[in-house]
Amino acid sequence: MKYFRLVWAGLWRKKARTILTMLSIVVAFFLFGVLQGVNQGINEVVNNLNVDRLYTSAKSNMVDGIPIAYRDRIKSVPGVLHVSHWTFFGGYYKEAKNAIPAFATDARELFAIYREIKIKPEYLDAMERTRTGVLVSEQLADQYGWKIGDRIPLGTSIWTNKEGSNTWYFDLVGTFDASEFGGGFPSFYINFDYYDEAKAFGQGVVHYYIVRIDDPRNAVSIAKAIDTQFENSMNETRTQTESQLQQTQIKQIADINFIVNAIVGAVFFTLLFLTANTMMQSIRERIPELAVLKTLGFSDNKVLVLVLVEACVLCIIAALVGLAIAAAAFPGLKVILGNLPMPPIVVIMGVALAVGLALVSGLPPAIRAQRLNIVDALASR
Amino acid sequence: MSPIVSLRNVKKSYVRGKQKVEVLHGVDLDIEAGEFLALMGPSGSGKTTLLNLIAGLDQPTTGEVRVAGKRIDSLSRGALAAWRARHIGFIFQFYNLLPVLTAEANVEVPLLLTKLSRAERKQRVKIALELVGLADRAKHKPNELSGGQQQRVAIARAIVADPTLLVCDEPTGDLDRQNAEEIMALLQALNRTQGKTIVMVTHDPRAASFASRELHLDKGQLIDAVAHA
Repeated sequence: MKYFRLVWAGLWRKKARTILTMLSIVVAFFLFGVLQGVNQGINEVVNNLNVDRLYTSAKSNMVDGIPIAYRDRIKSVPGVLHVSHWTFFGGYYKEAKNAIPAFATDARELFAIYREIKIKPEYLDAMERTRTGVLVSEQLADQYGWKIGDRIPLGTSIWTNKEGSNTWYFDLVGTFDASEFGGGFPSFYINFDYYDEAKAFGQGVVHYYIVRIDDPRNAVSIAKAIDTQFENSMNETRTQTESQLQQTQIKQIADINFIVNAIVGAVFFTLLFLTANTMMQSIRERIPELAVLKTLGFSDNKVLVLVLVEACVLCIIAALVGLAIAAAAFPGLKVILGNLPMPPIVVIMGVALAVGLALVSGLPPAIRAQRLNIVDALASR
Repeated sequence: MSPIVSLRNVKKSYVRGKQKVEVLHGVDLDIEAGEFLALMGPSGSGKTTLLNLIAGLDQPTTGEVRVAGKRIDSLSRGALAAWRARHIGFIFQFYNLLPVLTAEANVEVPLLLTKLSRAERKQRVKIALELVGLADRAKHKPNELSGGQQQRVAIARAIVADPTLLVCDEPTGDLDRQNAEEIMALLQALNRTQGKTIVMVTHDPRAASFASRELHLDKGQLIDAVAHA
């Protein structure tokens, strides 16, 4: 600690250069914090997803759909407690820009599977009694000012009804609170039976079966048992756990892990040279001063450590500033990421990366300082 | 009483490019404790090389260098660094203060290598600065001080750890006459009142006159000696 003043003073010998280098590191670590934060955040959410839920879709493609007749066969698999299903309706409210993530389902079974979603039993009863009923999330109801009893027109570019209209009308019978689920839970549910009868084509098909099982440890064997039933049929299935499903869906958008690592890798590769160059230049300018320190009795290794610590201080301070800005920016990214916080592991990874960066970039100048010959350095040779 | 510095048949040569240059040719020298020795001679005579050997900054090609009873010609770089911290105080021609540190922080640097507490270090720095007459400039950085003041700070840094030997390489070489005389008077006072042994390299006969003994080097050999009152 008593040497810190020497380190600190060395760091600020050329203020403008130090500040500019720090800014580069701050920007790099801000980028690291945001990208790695998103990546880790998604991984964390995916890993925490419920493992007692399985998702069965068509093996070929999730949008191909599978027969509704599979429901009872899936339910007969040992270990299966509840089976519901999702069929994508799509839709928009009044204008195409007001997209609504609407799904047709069997609501009572669905909410028996998603136990973390809060809904009053009377709303489920009302849904069963009302063929044209709809359950919406509280957030969506608030957004459009819908009240129970309202009749909601929903446009769709996919499903024409038997009356030849692309506008369907639904009666709001209840709301639910999906906040515990986090982002990504559909917020508009209609009765599958009504939808299936009323649409002009494509009857008897669902996009996903959602299955709740008795024991997460049996997830793999139950998934296999479900898929085995439909092997070599016209509609082969693929059953995945919730986390596998999310990973598959995310990878359909992009391999975020690869993209993040590629961008961060490129940034840090450049940063490595920048920091190393700054440190090297700084040490070159201070050769007479380092020679004086050695003259006064500082050993070669002590000088090496002083230079390395200086590089560490530069990198760690700038990295912490960058990561702090990234953490502060996370709430601003709520629209894209939902309520995803920056995981603490990103800060730990960032600090470790900063130390690594400092050691790698600081080592060449530190070794140069360590090997400095006093007599030559004092004589400016 | 044995001398505090003793050199026996010391030779030093350097390789510059393809040429081997012999700088010192078998120097024998004894310096007594409490002595103020001025080493004089023309450029290239080997004065600074001899000073570097005495101060443990360099090692002889052959021969024996003994300072404060210890042979230092065969010490490792690490051991030599520790030995310098304990026994040698340096004063350079161009002061060589660390420009980003204040005067008191510069003076404190050699004490960082000791086990002294922060309070003890502070106390010693204060005394050293008072001794060189710069207590009121403790918070100033080198670029806020005159040449003479910077050299005083350098002297304070050299004496703060109470070394066995002070070595000075042209301590007045960058100063005007008045400042040079003040610095030499200060070194003389340190020698006379504090009993500091001083070895000084200088071109300047006026500076050398403050020493208790003058030695002349030419072409790597000691040629004559002058004793002062």
